[in-house]
Amino acid sequence: MLNLTVKQLAAGLAARQFSSAELTSFFLSRIKAMQPALNAFITVDEEASLAAAREADRRLAGGQGGPLTGVPIAHKDIFCTRGWLTTCGSKILSNFVAPYDAHVIERFRDAGTVILGKTNMDEFAMGSSNETSFYGPVRNPWNRETVPGGSSGGSAAAVAARLAPAATATDTGGSIRQPAALTGICGLKPTYGLVSRYGMIAFASSLDQGGPMARTAEDLALLLGAMAGFDARDSTSLERPAEDYTRELARPLAGLRIGLPKEFFAAGTDPDVARAVDAAIAEYRRLGCETVEVSLPNMKLSVPVYYVLAPAEASSNLARFDGVRYGWRAPEYADLADMYAKTRAQGFGAEVKRRILIGTYVLSHGYYDAYYIKAQRLRRLIAQDFVAAFRKCDVIMGPTSPSTAFRIGEKAADPVQMYLSDIFTIAVNLAGLPGMSIPCGFDGSGLPVGLQLIGNYFSEARMLNVAHQYQQATDWHARVPPGI
Amino acid sequence: MNWEIVIGLETHAQLSTSSKIFSGAATAFGAAPNTQACAVDIALPGVLPVLNRGAVERAIRFGLAVGARINPVSVFARKNYFYPDLPKGYQISQYELPVVEGGSLAIVVGDAPKTVRLTRAHLEEDAGKSLHEDFHGMSGIDLNRAGTPLLEIVTEPDMRSAAEAVAYARTLHALVTWIGICDGNMQEGSFRCDANVSVRPAGSDRLGTRCEIKNLNSFRFLERAIEFEARRQIEIIEDGGTIRQETRLYDPDRDETRSMRSKEEAHDYRYFPDPDLLPLAVSDEWIARVRGEMPELPQAKRERFVAQYALTPYDATALTASRETADYFEAAAGGADPRVAKQVANWITVNLTARLNEAGIDISASRIAPGQLRGLVDRIADGTISGKIAKDVFDAIWAGEGSADEVIEKRGLRQVSDAGAIEKIVDEVIAANAQQVADYRAGKEKAFNSLVGQVMKASKGRANPQQVNEILRRRLVS
Repeated sequence: MLNLTVKQLAAGLAARQFSSAELTSFFLSRIKAMQPALNAFITVDEEASLAAAREADRRLAGGQGGPLTGVPIAHKDIFCTRGWLTTCGSKILSNFVAPYDAHVIERFRDAGTVILGKTNMDEFAMGSSNETSFYGPVRNPWNRETVPGGSSGGSAAAVAARLAPAATATDTGGSIRQPAALTGICGLKPTYGLVSRYGMIAFASSLDQGGPMARTAEDLALLLGAMAGFDARDSTSLERPAEDYTRELARPLAGLRIGLPKEFFAAGTDPDVARAVDAAIAEYRRLGCETVEVSLPNMKLSVPVYYVLAPAEASSNLARFDGVRYGWRAPEYADLADMYAKTRAQGFGAEVKRRILIGTYVLSHGYYDAYYIKAQRLRRLIAQDFVAAFRKCDVIMGPTSPSTAFRIGEKAADPVQMYLSDIFTIAVNLAGLPGMSIPCGFDGSGLPVGLQLIGNYFSEARMLNVAHQYQQATDWHARVPPGI
Repeated sequence: MNWEIVIGLETHAQLSTSSKIFSGAATAFGAAPNTQACAVDIALPGVLPVLNRGAVERAIRFGLAVGARINPVSVFARKNYFYPDLPKGYQISQYELPVVEGGSLAIVVGDAPKTVRLTRAHLEEDAGKSLHEDFHGMSGIDLNRAGTPLLEIVTEPDMRSAAEAVAYARTLHALVTWIGICDGNMQEGSFRCDANVSVRPAGSDRLGTRCEIKNLNSFRFLERAIEFEARRQIEIIEDGGTIRQETRLYDPDRDETRSMRSKEEAHDYRYFPDPDLLPLAVSDEWIARVRGEMPELPQAKRERFVAQYALTPYDATALTASRETADYFEAAAGGADPRVAKQVANWITVNLTARLNEAGIDISASRIAPGQLRGLVDRIADGTISGKIAKDVFDAIWAGEGSADEVIEKRGLRQVSDAGAIEKIVDEVIAANAQQVADYRAGKEKAFNSLVGQVMKASKGRANPQQVNEILRRRLVS
């Protein structure tokens, strides 16, 4: 069961080779065993998981199973899950048991999947290393002295270490793709609006998007089919007909035009990463693809633009965590203002407070035009660069992250260095495009390298095909971390 | 020196939707605390606002009623500040691009007509309520009101006296209830005003520094607060002082305004477009549909009543004070000739209004249906009963004794217009009152009235008074 994909597990369940309860117990025991070493989970509830597994088994026995019934999945602790502690990696929600399900959770419950647990993450999804979690850093299964990336580091580590066959995650500036790259798994950030944000705790509303993590592109296609769909409770959710994201998986790649933005291949990228990405592109050429050079001249502005807009939205989104109605409240305070100040000063970690301060500043009277309005204008320019590029190509490729997994603590003291680790992923969120990371090799110390695929709006099925065909020809995605 | 008072008003009209502006929770007044607050109103993590189309539709209706521009695209923004009854830490409101811009409202102050220009009207959500009593030194929060839809209606600084401000507020109140977008209940806070007041030397065209008086929830408080505030400002300036821009509160118990916060203490609300809501798009088709469903507005109805029923402008104004009154009148006067219509108008504005006031009920709950009132007026017009008897019939209908015809029949109130029958009574009265007959013939007109009274009494009030007069005179001459 250890190395079976979601698709294989579902087939095994359907054929009654094993039960969901057996499968769930198997992963729960792995989670338990690996938790001290990896810290990938914040909450595990074995009883609840096994009860759901038994229910799935009844459905399967009654012939009422769907394609994912009984498959256990881990969920990022950003998704509100009815009856489960939902902390978003923060002390301020350390006592918050969600009274309702996020749309994504609802969809996976309806599909009959079993919740394996809630995965660790950077606090409020603010971070690229999982070091900002109130619940402690997550360790990378490939080298436990290194970070798994962030903010979906718990989900990524869980999938890489085979603690879960798949996991949900979210991506605001690279939080699915970068940890997927750093842990050698696959992650997909869909087109903005494809997956409902209802019940997904907001970081930066105009950028946040949920998506799946798994070990193969084929699994991502199955999971996206379950996650995506219109939800009237999210005004930014897109009303589109349901899609089968597996429908193009088998399509040959001959004639596919791959755009290579020269900005992705400039100096500054770790040579081992560049080498692995070049090799992957060579492989695509062998599969019959053409490559064309494209340019994203405004991409260099994406990090500063992002660090105006995302904190601005966050400063307002996080205002509701005030200790008044739910969540953690400072034990002692003099009056109302003091209650707010102490609750938020003690309830939020340093990175979250840094971003609230930046966001409050850029929205302040007298600074709004210079920062927020200007950043919005640049955001449109960045998006237009992609529109122009997609006139010349079908998919854009490059590295997901400029480096492989870095050591825990290495960048923690230097926020700007940390922010630059998302330099290749952020522009995709600003443009609202779908992006993906798949494993494409290793660096000299055996740490995985991720290849980033960026597609045009709503081209998820085609991107999954492009990734799947590569995975038919290579086995990077099937490599197992040492000791697993 | 002569001073001119300059006033602009911001009115919050609570829109009459059954659910909140961004959630499905109910908006009914008076429910137990926090029973009408759902996850969105409480601002649980991860929940999102979804705009209520009914609220937008009401804003469009208002815009059309005041001749304003309905913006094809408007934007919801977040107004950020911390307060315990503001669950999200921001209020969703419209800031740079409101749904309604421009327009005006015609008012009458005393006898003088005046036009007040409107700046804008925008949609926003209400906050909850902090309760400071009964919690042993702590405060309670009731979020039932959080998310209630409001239309904030902002005027230009066009009013020049408290009386004008009140006339505007009353006209606006009548309009928003007329077009059915607000229940107008001021005690429950459905209609409340903020007044921006400044003063300047008469003849000056520069605006003085203004103070904003918050949350005036009665016309009387509005009037008193403006009067006090203008006096206060004039006194300060005449004493050589300057006005500080600030927000003030009116204390009705002490009849004065008090400083709440100065401009320097004002919040920086850090407005920015709400990324959870798409820009609000209002299509021409939508506007056309709302226009098609608009009721006839008070002004138009007034003019039509004068033209169609030959009412006086005074009566037409009284009958269009509310849509219910106007509807009642039209239901009663439908198809009537001007003489009957005038009678219907009189019965409504005098007798019925008095009765409704006594009973403390609204015309829509009147115990006399429009058709019943018309039945009564028709019997007066065709001479079945006299105006005097009609008052008794009116009371009987009010008391639930049935239609005018039923009451007349049951009580035998039909007017006697049969000349023979009247002559018989007249002759009996003449025979029995020789002294008064002699007095009349000696030129004492008073004696005639007494004889008429005797005849009416003898007929139990049913004799046709006009016929009684004629017959009596004729008989006394011969």
